Amino acid sequence: MKPARFFEDRFGMTSSLMERLLGSALVGRVEDADLYLEYRVNEDLVLEEGAVKKASRHVSQGAGVRAQSGERTGYAHTDDVTLRSLEEAARQARAIADRAAASAIVAVKPDRRPHDLYSLAVPPVAADLGGKVALLRRIDETARGADPRVRQVIASVSSEEQIILIATASGWTVGDVRPLTRLNITVIAEQEGRREIGTYGGGGRVPFDFFLEEERWKRFTATAVRQALLKLHAVDAPAGTLTVVLGSGWPGILLHEAVGHGLEGDFNRKKFSAFSGRIGKPVASPLVTVVDDGTLPNRRGSLNVDDEGTATARNVLIENGVLVGYMQDRLNARLMGMTATGNGRRESYAYPPMPRMTNTFMLAGQDDPEEIIGSVPYGLYAVAFGGGQVDITNGKFVFSASEAYLIEDGKLTAPVKGATLIGNGPEVLKRVSRVGHDLKLDEGVGTCGKDGQSVPVGVGLPTIRVDGITVGGTQV
Amino acid sequence: MHDLLTGLLERARQRAATEADAYLVDEQHSSVQVRLGKVETVTHSREQRLALRVFSGKASASASTSDLSRESVERLVDEAVALARLTAPDPVAGLPDPGEFAPAIPDLGLEDPEGHGLTPEEKIAIAQRAETAALEVDPRITNSEGAEFFERRARYAYATSHGFFGSYPTSSFGLTVSPVASANGEMQRDSWYTFARKRARLEAPEEVGRIAAQRALRRLGARQIKTAQVPVLFDPETAASLLRALAGAASGPGLYRGASFLLNRLGTRIAALGVTIVDSGIIPGALGSRPFDGEGLPIRKTVLVNAGTLESYLLDTYSGRKLGLPSTHHASRDGGGVGVATTNLYLAAGEAPPQELIGAVKRGLYVTELIGFGVNMVTGDYSRGAVGHWIENGELAYPVEEVTVAGNLLQMFQAIDGIGNDLVLRDRTSAPTLRLARMVVAGN
Repeated sequence: MKPARFFEDRFGMTSSLMERLLGSALVGRVEDADLYLEYRVNEDLVLEEGAVKKASRHVSQGAGVRAQSGERTGYAHTDDVTLRSLEEAARQARAIADRAAASAIVAVKPDRRPHDLYSLAVPPVAADLGGKVALLRRIDETARGADPRVRQVIASVSSEEQIILIATASGWTVGDVRPLTRLNITVIAEQEGRREIGTYGGGGRVPFDFFLEEERWKRFTATAVRQALLKLHAVDAPAGTLTVVLGSGWPGILLHEAVGHGLEGDFNRKKFSAFSGRIGKPVASPLVTVVDDGTLPNRRGSLNVDDEGTATARNVLIENGVLVGYMQDRLNARLMGMTATGNGRRESYAYPPMPRMTNTFMLAGQDDPEEIIGSVPYGLYAVAFGGGQVDITNGKFVFSASEAYLIEDGKLTAPVKGATLIGNGPEVLKRVSRVGHDLKLDEGVGTCGKDGQSVPVGVGLPTIRVDGITVGGTQV
Repeated sequence: MHDLLTGLLERARQRAATEADAYLVDEQHSSVQVRLGKVETVTHSREQRLALRVFSGKASASASTSDLSRESVERLVDEAVALARLTAPDPVAGLPDPGEFAPAIPDLGLEDPEGHGLTPEEKIAIAQRAETAALEVDPRITNSEGAEFFERRARYAYATSHGFFGSYPTSSFGLTVSPVASANGEMQRDSWYTFARKRARLEAPEEVGRIAAQRALRRLGARQIKTAQVPVLFDPETAASLLRALAGAASGPGLYRGASFLLNRLGTRIAALGVTIVDSGIIPGALGSRPFDGEGLPIRKTVLVNAGTLESYLLDTYSGRKLGLPSTHHASRDGGGVGVATTNLYLAAGEAPPQELIGAVKRGLYVTELIGFGVNMVTGDYSRGAVGHWIENGELAYPVEEVTVAGNLLQMFQAIDGIGNDLVLRDRTSAPTLRLARMVVAGN
């Protein structure tokens, strides 16, 4: 499907119409302007208590018009994709720019071509509903069959297709069709009156069959069951500063919170990030190289082009411990005299874009993961996490372990109840003393929130040892 | 709105749906953001969303769209009916009984038509006044994330195949300011806000700015403390977050799935004797008020916890039937489906001025901000990052950061040994200062 054709057929939005909109309303009065058209279908199926009782389908469509002048942005959006509504939106967006001195359009056509990272023969929203329902039922049976202590299974398949078209005032137009799907499994287990929860899942910009391949769904189900059962006899987490070993994959959320947000261009242009002005300075151990890469095929955080039409890229943020780059959208890149890095993202047409992460991970090192655990006399080994959050100004971040174990004399002993880890972004990566050779990306479940906008992201990490993070347990 | 919804329900009936309900939101939103005195972003939007839930016997499905064209609305019905054929029947599925619907729709004073008359320049000026006031408080306020003024105007309409139709308008206005303080290479940000249904009820921009600046300034010089088990006080903002967690656990969907630490605790003591928690949707002009819930049932005042005893859950019709209880009229609509939401939730004020609660603590932590998601709703286990002040001999001694506070929500509500007299309904969930006898504070 060609996005330009789709919007022309559905809404009569021809390229000449869009040019007229951007042209007459904005040319000569602002430095940058764009029109963002979006059509999105979401489908959700939820199984609970052994049956798929909830099914829903949501369609949203709309357009956003943005005009920029200096540091100012005018943004108007409407869900009524007609010329009249769009002209009104353009007028509203321009109102702000009118107060600025007139200047020439500086938006230029990007030199990088869009990628082709996730063309699918059968996108997940088009996959047969019967097959999805059948999978959810098998997951329920498998989880309940795995252990009599399993009391409740909640499994869901969410599928999405987003079609976008971006037209800018300099006359170029770029579109994208973005499939996305996610399988999520929650298990509640009970033993002697104690109840616990385990959650696991995965997905990406992949077809529905992804979950059937390599029996992924079985692995996801088994992991959710295992987590819930483990926690039934988990001990209270210790409280205080400990050596922590983070497992590979999803624990990469550490990078997302500890350094990722702090390296987004807007916070640094405005100089209230804990990383402001630190380009070229050491912010991590020399073992640490961190990359944000939106070009990985079929990954949840990947994009052919960002939501401003800039092709995504592999951007090195920290190289051998030294801060080398920020993530930029067009506005912040222009104002900082840098290049747009393909990180301008928005939740939907209802929001102007801002710098966001795509897939953020640490490159593999040399160490054997077993040996890393073996090197710790007393500490915590954390392999799964819930959500995290950061205060980008003072650099303090937290993330909550959902599966963790005590390390005693280099051996994993008791499973530990959920504990929150808290640290300081610019300091924590300096304490990375071992980096494993086992880099893994997460399964495809991450959603990042910033200023009320949610976007899908990925993270990744090899096994690493951090010499000292505060663990928020209850055992003093 | 009436014709659109009834037309939709009629089409659902023709497509063999046995029952259906439909929900429509039409809203306009605008905001201005200024930073360091200059206009940064101005946004304006108009959105509509139409949601439909259909029942085919005891099976149900939902669908929604932002495209209100005739063709799209017809497709919405067809898709919802097709989905309902796919789902499994559920013996308790269905609309509320016809007799339960709100008989009349009270005017709760949720709209302020005159309040929306500001020009863009006037809105910009309000945000600028607030930010300027923050910047002028102290030379250590060196930067700003900006100030935002927003207004939102919406109309909600709801109809069922039983013949219920209700609709109501709302307004809301808000101002937030986020200054940055710095000293000796350290940076700290904080923010303050005012929200209201009537614009005239917003606090003065200068006052909001001053408070935001003082909140950022008081964080300067923050340090970690040694791990300790001590009394912990939560200021009204953070205490409100404890309330939100408790309300989440009291909500029907988590309960019937067995995913709540309040399961089977109705009628039992879950908090200290002094704790009374109320959810009232009928407070005139309040942010969380509404004349009927997401299923057309009349809104009322519910006592959740009375003198420490859990007296009510928060239920919609479906989760109530699952638990063998009547709906408590807390249904909320999200897309096509039905969930549960509080209205105006608060913990009733105590007698003690907050200074007195702090004054009686020899060594302890006064929490002013919590970050992270470390709350396990199944077990109540709680562990979150905290920012605040160390209390030494009844006085706030110095600011604290990079620590966590941990415990279990059930034990935490039992451990409340002081309730402030400082309850103000600033937001949809509000609480006075709370003192807990003991929690584990993890630091270095």
